[in-house]
Amino acid sequence: MKEMNFDAVIIGGGVTGCAIARELSRYELHTCVVEREEDVCSGTSKANSAIVHAGHDAAPGSAKARFNVEGNRMMGQLAQDLDFEFKRNGSLILCFAEEDMPALQALYEKGIKNGVPDLKIITGDEARTMEPNLTDTVIAALYAPTGGIVCPFGLTIALAENACDNGVEFMFNTRVEQVKKTDGGYDVVTDGGVFHSTYVINAAGVYADEIHNMVSEKKLHIIPRKGDYCLLDKEAGHHVERTIFQLPGKLGKGVLVTPTVHGNLLTGPTATDIEDKEATRTTAKELAFVMEKANVSVKNVPFRQVITSFSGLRAHETGDDFVVGEAEDAENFFDAAGIESPGLTSAPAIGVYIAELVAGKAGAAKKENWNGRRKGFIRPEHMSKEERAALIKERPEYGAIVCRCEGVSEGEIMDAINRTLGAVSLDGIKRRVRQGMGRCQAGFCTPRTMEILARERGMKMEDICKNGTGSNMITGKKDK
Amino acid sequence: MTAHDIVIIGGGPAGLAAAAAARKAGIQDILILERDSCLGGILNQCIHNGFGLHTFKEELTGPEYAARYIRMVEEEQIPYKLNTMVIDINKDKEVTVINREDGLNTIKARAVILAMGCRERARGALNIPGYRPAGIYSAGTAQRLMNIEGYSVGKEVVILGSGDIGLIMARRMTLEGAKVKVVAELMPYSGGLKRNIVQCLDDYGIPLKLSHTVVDIQGKERVTGITLAEVGPDRRPIPGTEEHYACDTLLLSVGLLPENELSKGIGVSMSPITSGPEVNDQLETSAEGVFACGNVLHVHDLVDYVSEEATLAGTNAAAYVKAGREREAGHVAELKAENGVRYTVPQSIDIRNMQDKITVRFRVADVYKDRYISVYYDGVRVSKRKKKVLAPGEMEQVVLKKDSFADYPDLKNIVICTEVE
Repeated sequence: MKEMNFDAVIIGGGVTGCAIARELSRYELHTCVVEREEDVCSGTSKANSAIVHAGHDAAPGSAKARFNVEGNRMMGQLAQDLDFEFKRNGSLILCFAEEDMPALQALYEKGIKNGVPDLKIITGDEARTMEPNLTDTVIAALYAPTGGIVCPFGLTIALAENACDNGVEFMFNTRVEQVKKTDGGYDVVTDGGVFHSTYVINAAGVYADEIHNMVSEKKLHIIPRKGDYCLLDKEAGHHVERTIFQLPGKLGKGVLVTPTVHGNLLTGPTATDIEDKEATRTTAKELAFVMEKANVSVKNVPFRQVITSFSGLRAHETGDDFVVGEAEDAENFFDAAGIESPGLTSAPAIGVYIAELVAGKAGAAKKENWNGRRKGFIRPEHMSKEERAALIKERPEYGAIVCRCEGVSEGEIMDAINRTLGAVSLDGIKRRVRQGMGRCQAGFCTPRTMEILARERGMKMEDICKNGTGSNMITGKKDK
Repeated sequence: MTAHDIVIIGGGPAGLAAAAAARKAGIQDILILERDSCLGGILNQCIHNGFGLHTFKEELTGPEYAARYIRMVEEEQIPYKLNTMVIDINKDKEVTVINREDGLNTIKARAVILAMGCRERARGALNIPGYRPAGIYSAGTAQRLMNIEGYSVGKEVVILGSGDIGLIMARRMTLEGAKVKVVAELMPYSGGLKRNIVQCLDDYGIPLKLSHTVVDIQGKERVTGITLAEVGPDRRPIPGTEEHYACDTLLLSVGLLPENELSKGIGVSMSPITSGPEVNDQLETSAEGVFACGNVLHVHDLVDYVSEEATLAGTNAAAYVKAGREREAGHVAELKAENGVRYTVPQSIDIRNMQDKITVRFRVADVYKDRYISVYYDGVRVSKRKKKVLAPGEMEQVVLKKDSFADYPDLKNIVICTEVE
């Protein structure tokens, strides 16, 4: 069993863990991220609404409110520094009944208390002027211009790459089995070795309660709250321009309809509390619910153009707030637990907060040569014809289109594989450069992409996986 | 910018036949653009036989059938570019293409022939619930992995959809040693050819469950099983009819969709039924000088009909280029599909300028027994033909002769329908 020493071990390579890693990478600390899957962004971070919430939903004074508003404020600069896709498209929270107007007003006031800028209550007609496809039953709406949309993969991968480029180590396919208190800190016992570390940061998503409860008597309890979504073709991408919410109910924010930064239309999620922390499984009933509810907000959602549906698990802690900070009865053990919505928005702010706490305790100095900027992927599709022609002349692989639906070239797929923390699976490539993300859902480009992955990584075709271990695409060579 | 008389988008069976026909009609300057690494299109992965019975009066495999047309193109020295993707076509028929060798270029065409073929419907389009593990393939993807790349995709297989590719793959995977447990079909009838049901399922004892669908997919990493359920007349699953099948692979053969993103970019009128462009009897779309043929126009059952249609498109595109200008406005009659006929191709006929006869192709909406296919000219039945069986999986046709219109100088509507008597 291998043993390694670190100053800080972060458990979980989701958006929260990667944001913490990126912020910790500013300091002279030997840090490592332990992730059970083959890639970052493989749990809740990959299957959510991809929304940068304005911050009016959470109770004033809560951790959710604080980190949401702060995360929202940070997102624009971060998107520039780390070159990922983010758009402040604004959001509307719809009200359908006179008797719910007080609730809409209360939401507005909560937003003001939380420090959300530029909120405004508008009439149904004003809302329909902004979004002509809203239904006639909308009587009023809360307009939040700071609401936005982000690529959750792009954000997480950018944070991880930047952390890695600044010295953070990543251990994939490594599952934490035990966290044990030792004299100098903690032993993080995994199926891939024991990591001795002074500080441990728990960003384990739906498993954050189990990790926390290994070292603390103040028990956490996380209930996976499942949400099913439908993703629609880019042809439907302009059905609405803003993110359309419904006034929140008991089980969350209701079903939203939103464009994505890539130009698709996304609807969902449901909110079903379940037992199984692995059950990312859509059900017919919930998919039907999504469609039914989406139609309450928006007219004629073209559900014939659904290209895929998926399910994600929110890490809902029974205390109903984020648990962020040092555990009361476990010194040098830090939680970022219960990170459900608005977790994606909050992650950058949680990252800064936790990193400062850890660095403060460690008395760690800032690195002199830290580089907080990261260049994103080359996207020939977004270039002018002249730029694109010049690029292909220099690097012909950008002229070989592999994924026809999304226009992704061999060069981009090679980039996805070969850069910092490059993809080792088909899903990893998909999340980085959108190969297979389009309307044919990888029908045409799967064989060619497998070939490129095998070639670039020196892997056998039989060993190519969709994502984690065991998700092999083929069962072998024929006639063998 | 380079320029060509006719640019053909796609080097599959439609594009090849169109090219050969355009050359035969006297056009020298033709260019075929193909995205794959060889000509022939999807035929190259269809290694089973049964192709060419109409065209060549013999049974060929897919690659053999393709080879005949590739030979014509080679013998005629018609230029083509492989590994070349068309990323845009504008209204001025400027075609933007991209490949490794030439980079990004624009080609000006006097006539364009759309022959991009179709793609398979994916799981998402059906909203099949469950997990999203490895081992879910569209039938054509699995076919390519097996027949071109030489890999086996699974050992225990369930197939959803009885389209022709699904049926062919049931046999193919069985021959490769996999166990195909069942083919399920949502509709009460198969979407595939009768001969494929007999030769690919019945001959191998593979059960076909009509009015069944997949209601759950299990397995977190790789598929471990699926649940089938019977569906009622509303095509919704009937609770209590669920049956579990252990398997590592789910193949989907749930329909083909003409691949018309480029056509939409040009702005041609599209048919919501065929998902292809609307065309006249010349197979010309609403954009002047832009023609369409093959599966991009409407999904065919037999490649022989693709070749026939593409030959017409190639000939007409050649005539268009030679004429040097748009045809004079003629006497246009609309074709209407009614009572069990889902659509027609073409959707309109220019009676004055038409050839001596044209073939109208269509599909029916359901399985019908002992029905007539009737043709009405402005409400007058001018022909009827009795068919023992009509099925959505098989394309039908009627031939309209120019001289049949002589008595209808003001004809507006031609209706093609099924009738009980």
